[in-house]
Amino acid sequence: MSDRPVLSVERLSVSFGRHQAVKSLSFNIGAGETLALVGESGSGKSATALSVLRLIEREGGRITDGAIRLGSDDPVDLTTLPEQALQKLRGNRISMIFQEPMTSLNPVMRIDEQLCEVLRRHQRLNRVDALKAAERALEQVRIPEPARRLRQYPHELSGGLRQRVMIAIALACRPDVLIADEPTTALDVTTQAEVLALLKSLQAELGMAVLFITHDMGVVAEIADRVAVLRHGVMEETASVEALFAAPRSEYARQLMAATPKLGQATPRPPVESNEVVLSVRGLARSFSQAGGFLKPKTVAHAVKDVSFEIRAGETLGLVGESGCGKSTLSRSLMRLIEPDGGEVILAGRNITALDQTALRAERSKVQMVFQDPFASLNPRLNVRDLITEPAYLHSGLNAAAREALAADLLDKVGLDRDAARRFPHQFSGGQRQRLCIARALSVSPKVILADEAVSALDVSTADRVTRLMCEIQESLGIAFLFISHDIAVVERMSHRIAVMYRGEIVEIGPTEQVLRAPAHPYTQRLLSAVPRPDPKARRRAPVPEAQIADLDNNAAGIGMLVSGGQLDLPGAAAGV
Amino acid sequence: MTVYVLRTLAKMALTLFVIVSLVFFATRLSGSPLETALGEGLTEEDRTMMIEYFGLNGSIWEQYARYLRGVVEGNFGLSFLERRPVADIVAERIGPSLQLLASSLALTLIVSLPLGVLAALYRKSWVGSAIMTLAFVGYAVPNFIIAIFMILLFAFTWNLLPVVGNGSPAHFIMPTIAMSGVLIAALTRFTRNAMLDVLGQDFMRTARAKGLPESVVVLKHGLRNASVTILSVLGLQIAGLAAAGNVVVEAIFSWPGIGELLVASAIQRDYPVLQFGVITVAVAVVTINAATDIAYAYADPRIRLSRG
Repeated sequence: MSDRPVLSVERLSVSFGRHQAVKSLSFNIGAGETLALVGESGSGKSATALSVLRLIEREGGRITDGAIRLGSDDPVDLTTLPEQALQKLRGNRISMIFQEPMTSLNPVMRIDEQLCEVLRRHQRLNRVDALKAAERALEQVRIPEPARRLRQYPHELSGGLRQRVMIAIALACRPDVLIADEPTTALDVTTQAEVLALLKSLQAELGMAVLFITHDMGVVAEIADRVAVLRHGVMEETASVEALFAAPRSEYARQLMAATPKLGQATPRPPVESNEVVLSVRGLARSFSQAGGFLKPKTVAHAVKDVSFEIRAGETLGLVGESGCGKSTLSRSLMRLIEPDGGEVILAGRNITALDQTALRAERSKVQMVFQDPFASLNPRLNVRDLITEPAYLHSGLNAAAREALAADLLDKVGLDRDAARRFPHQFSGGQRQRLCIARALSVSPKVILADEAVSALDVSTADRVTRLMCEIQESLGIAFLFISHDIAVVERMSHRIAVMYRGEIVEIGPTEQVLRAPAHPYTQRLLSAVPRPDPKARRRAPVPEAQIADLDNNAAGIGMLVSGGQLDLPGAAAGV
Repeated sequence: MTVYVLRTLAKMALTLFVIVSLVFFATRLSGSPLETALGEGLTEEDRTMMIEYFGLNGSIWEQYARYLRGVVEGNFGLSFLERRPVADIVAERIGPSLQLLASSLALTLIVSLPLGVLAALYRKSWVGSAIMTLAFVGYAVPNFIIAIFMILLFAFTWNLLPVVGNGSPAHFIMPTIAMSGVLIAALTRFTRNAMLDVLGQDFMRTARAKGLPESVVVLKHGLRNASVTILSVLGLQIAGLAAAGNVVVEAIFSWPGIGELLVASAIQRDYPVLQFGVITVAVAVVTINAATDIAYAYADPRIRLSRG
């Protein structure tokens, strides 16, 4: 093996129309090496990845300058190859895995078909051999019962399994280069830890060069050998991972590091002094049943089982747990967007569980929600003034002038310009939109705000600014927050107390400090150990301790799939409320 | 899946019962068949005998019960005019109608799927615009206009094609085109839109990243996903065609099918024939819908699972 790089990118420039997404970017990756490409959204990371596969033209981009050389001994320049030659390389010598395992697999084709396709095309295998090779490929990515999985459709697999299938497809032909574009961003921490460990061990096995794209410094510390920091399409810094984390040279790298929440390094917020309980939940339960036919028994999944907690005025309760544990069902049953089956919710001293719809509507103004996806949760046809004052208008019927004044006031509170009132949601960035969502929640002066994965879709520095804003608002207005997230490091920064949810139950609840420093439940311990640490020296050598709760875990996937509403007609849950 | 199929079939049976009942009451609403079918010249005795014979005495509920019993037994009565079982009369007409429907469907699929895919792929070039303009015009022109223009040109002016009946393959050309015209236009538009939705999906990028040639990406990964949408539209449209399209087209070309029979029996007030003809068409529509539902579930595994 020569020491020449397997993939060499030289002075690459990419444009979308007149906008230059990547400017004169150069890097090399050797065999068995992992280069992490780090930056915020819009920094040109994905444009670079798609350029290497020469799929950038499909997305409307154009490589304006530079060379991309593949192969160490007899390098070919990908920028000059004709389409047919590229097709022979894609999925064969260069493979890619994408961010969204939910949408990256073809929903109407079985796994075997999607896997064999690559094998038959690139390795010219016949049907039978391809099927055998496909089974081996699934074994290689540690998928249990590969033969059964091959015959399933993507929607029958959990997110983690789908991402494993994607990896199996990408690695089926033993590529020289693997491009991983935020492959774990859509997964929760425990699954992320498993997928990262898998990628590392497969790399050691196959010796491929990996270009790993991410915005998460924790993941970088976990997996990368070298790091390239990208901002506005320009390389700000490139260094070995140890050097970067020890002493970042560029200002931007320092900012990124500072914005990355580090578990256990935030100063926990002191407990609130108020004794006023604004939200009290007792024995809340909700199950979903899938109606069976006359040949199939009815199945019942308990999404939320006997959950009790209290939140005081001015307090943040962090709710953590992996996807499918019932977090969202819980938050929606609090407002009776999903009707709970049992238990009671007492909001500001009033039991809302038995209220009729009219009375409930009035009570709802005391609880507001901020959702995960700021792109989907704002109506694109309303201007900002109408959007953020709409709840207040619906609850108390303001006139136009009052709406104008309220909008200006709300925009001040969330740190946006007053001129924003006349603009429309698409003119704002993700972080700004999430501020608008917060402003909208504030418009009715609620007692409690439910923030359901409110910063999960934002990149680190934006998420950091938004959580700071939430804390400021809480301190000045005394609002209670139920802050739901799968990212424990963010929860730590926000919360006075933390509740850990596992399979519909709260397994542990207590002050932030206590839950994180001295976790009592094995599930909390596992969750904590799965969080990537932004410190390359603290890299996990051993896999996540799983044995202790292995028996608990057996059914978790099934319930998870039921509750996340992927494939079932769940009332409310699937509709996304 | 079995449960799903059985449930679909049960729904179909219920729908049919409702239709059978509606047909009965609707034909009674349009007046007593006694006045029109039996004529004036009968003696009182003959009249009573005929009424007895056709089961027209008794209250409407008794008639309804007798009619339902007939439906269950497969005895739909005799034609007022031809005096032979309506089932025989209709049965003769099913074959030609099905042939026409099948040839129209085949033409529709052959023309509109490729056009729709092309229109989606070349949506920004003149190719896409040309196809969509054509489809729009096709959608706006009713089938009887197409039929009459074709007759005018190909039969009357140039004398190339036969107009009346179903005697030879050449007889199929004009009725098939007239029947499928609107369907082709509709399906082209739906195929294009369904493809446009699919083309921007993540798994299409995955397919390209696998190194598949563009034709495989578009036809295998793309069209297969789009087919879920296309199928549902197709089912509805064919059902509409079976119910209404063939009445008009068959009447114009004197095609010896059910549509033509319906028109003739309605004009002659031959209620038993009309009644049974409508039921036959209804059965066809319901069957097509059920077949579409089942095909839909086969095309989209997610539906299969959730309807289990």
